[in-house]
Amino acid sequence: MFEIMDKKLLAPNIKWIRVRAPIVARNAHAGQFVILRLHEKGERIPLTLFKWNEEEGYIELVFQEVGKTTYELGSYEPGDKIMDVVGPLGNPTPIQNYGTAVIVSGGVGAPIGYAVTRALKEAGNRVVSIIGFRSKEYVILEDEFKKISDELLITTDDGSYIRKGFTTDVLREYLENGGKADYVFTVGPVIMMKLISQITKEYGIKTDASLNPLMVDGTGMCGACRVTVGGEIKFACADGPDFDAHQVDFDELMSRLVEYRPEEKIALDKYMKGGC
Amino acid sequence: MPKPLKKQRVPMPEQDPKERIHNFNEVALGYTWELALEEASRCLQCPVNHAPCIKGCPVDVNIPGFIKKIREKDIKGALEIIHETNALPCITGRVCPQEQQCEMHCVMGKVGDKINIGKLERFVADEAKKMGIYPEVYIAPNNGKKVAIIGSGPAGLTAAADLVKMGYDVTVFEALHDYGGVLIYGIPEFRLPKEIARYEVEYLKSLGVKFIKNVVVGKTLTIYDILNDYDAVFLGTGAGTPNFPNLPGVNLKGIYSANEFLTRINLMKAFKFPEYDTPIKRGKKLAVIGGGNVAMDAARSALRIGYEEVYIIYRRTKEYMTARKEEIKHAEEEGVKFMFLVSPVEFVGNEEGNVKAVVLIMNELGEPDESGRRRPKPVPGTEFGLEVDAVVFAIGQRPNKVLYQEVPELKVTKWGTLIVDEKYRTTMKGVFAGGDAVRGEATVVLAMGDGKRGARAIDEYLKGEPWPEKIEPKNF
Repeated sequence: MFEIMDKKLLAPNIKWIRVRAPIVARNAHAGQFVILRLHEKGERIPLTLFKWNEEEGYIELVFQEVGKTTYELGSYEPGDKIMDVVGPLGNPTPIQNYGTAVIVSGGVGAPIGYAVTRALKEAGNRVVSIIGFRSKEYVILEDEFKKISDELLITTDDGSYIRKGFTTDVLREYLENGGKADYVFTVGPVIMMKLISQITKEYGIKTDASLNPLMVDGTGMCGACRVTVGGEIKFACADGPDFDAHQVDFDELMSRLVEYRPEEKIALDKYMKGGC
Repeated sequence: MPKPLKKQRVPMPEQDPKERIHNFNEVALGYTWELALEEASRCLQCPVNHAPCIKGCPVDVNIPGFIKKIREKDIKGALEIIHETNALPCITGRVCPQEQQCEMHCVMGKVGDKINIGKLERFVADEAKKMGIYPEVYIAPNNGKKVAIIGSGPAGLTAAADLVKMGYDVTVFEALHDYGGVLIYGIPEFRLPKEIARYEVEYLKSLGVKFIKNVVVGKTLTIYDILNDYDAVFLGTGAGTPNFPNLPGVNLKGIYSANEFLTRINLMKAFKFPEYDTPIKRGKKLAVIGGGNVAMDAARSALRIGYEEVYIIYRRTKEYMTARKEEIKHAEEEGVKFMFLVSPVEFVGNEEGNVKAVVLIMNELGEPDESGRRRPKPVPGTEFGLEVDAVVFAIGQRPNKVLYQEVPELKVTKWGTLIVDEKYRTTMKGVFAGGDAVRGEATVVLAMGDGKRGARAIDEYLKGEPWPEKIEPKNF
């Protein structure tokens, strides 16, 4: 059992938790994820690591309440226990000194972007963080990014904070204005990653995208998370989750992500009716 | 006057096919005492030294010995004889392909039906379980040496059982959230109730084996971490990575690996969605590609979650199917439709990206391949479509590379299986391996045999047998 040590509401339906999981913390790297199962009847869901601390034996996760399991996790309070947490899973993001690295994160991709930004910064890169949110109230982790970014560009879809526009607009302006980018890492909604990768392809910038397909076991066993990369089938859990963004079939990923929408709705409705 | 031979075997009572396709309860109901005694009475009691059945058993169970004990109504005695060489009789009695092993060699076959050894083994194990009887086993005093077993499937559980009895401090690491490996995520409830794998694990715990779940070796801990803490390691990590063919449309929604389909149903209990959180698609028509036991498991599971028409699509003819005859028969009784000499060439989706049809091509059989089976050759121009809502691939699995992809010392074959020698030694000192991780996809009992012999080899190594300079690869 894995105890929730602390919890915060970062934005509407976006929560941060710290979970005691020493065995996960000791081997964790940026870009990796855990699979958790709340209880005996729970499903296994992947959540990417935000922070971890080996000495104190904890990991930190940020998640958005969208389905039954994330709502239920959101209802857990410090002291409550998650039945199963396994990880770190997936391959760490390949970290090296590229020169200038631009990290483009959208929405709840931001915590993953944060972990990667920090690792790239520690590897000696000049790091430029571009983060996009729906609106002012959804802005998260601004202070954290500020501390580790050489340049921080925040945007909101509706212009309610800092500026109006998508991360794609910000990246394009940055590059058009002669901003340097030797490497781009992108994480967030699939459509955003697809458009970001189109821009960086035009500019010929090496780009990795952190993919978020459906998973069951998360260890290479089932193939639910399969994606097409460069015409080949890859398992995001075992071969990824990061892939060369210019080779990823994002349309297929988008289609596969919504496979269980109807069932997700049934489960959520049932949970909400059951009272939370 | 010698008693006349009873030529016909006593059949195992089974759930009616019409009923059982609506539930996940076990199909074979088990012998009663009366039936077991009658079947046991048919055994000719060949002397142990020559009994052909024992030679056919990968774990050398003294079969005439335990059958004699059944006749004497001595369940504890029968159980103890089985446990001398087989720690998991509840499991082997259900899922061993006895017809290709012990029963194949049974002398009774010359005059009538062979003895139903598997069902008798199951009877002993189940009866003992029901009566709360455990075998009295000798556990050697702790010798101070630690062995780590990676994977809690049949190979790992068997190795753990033998090593703990030899006095080792044994810890089993499991990647998933429950123990049993393929016994719990792969083999369906109606063939092997999960409660049985759980019972066997509890028994091993009672012998002193430690179990740790949610540890993916290669990620959570590396092999190097483990070797720091343990004197030897046994890798029983199975063949868990599914193959997908590179065909157009293979990633459409509704197309599963058998592993995903069965894991959702067995391990995650998607058949109880939404009581359980993991969903599975329930449509009308489903096609399973493949002809092995896993294909039968997937097809029969599909019926049970409500698919009305379930097809087995197999590229060769019926006699080449690798599934057990019993499983094929069960699938037929339950209404699974078989299509032989056909292969998929393409999957067609609807506008939402869900699979709606599979395009199949007819095959003819050509020259035998390296397995001795005649190779299927597609006949051009014979393509036809089959409408489906879901497809399950059961075309084999390979070992999961997550474990050793960053361990250059561990060498693998071109099929991705770990290279080991006849003593199950890998190319890394102190690391042994067995089961599907070295064989590719095989059977539960062969994995158990490897676990047994691997445990013996670990014992010899830890008692001072030198590690060879060079590992001579064993062919499986």
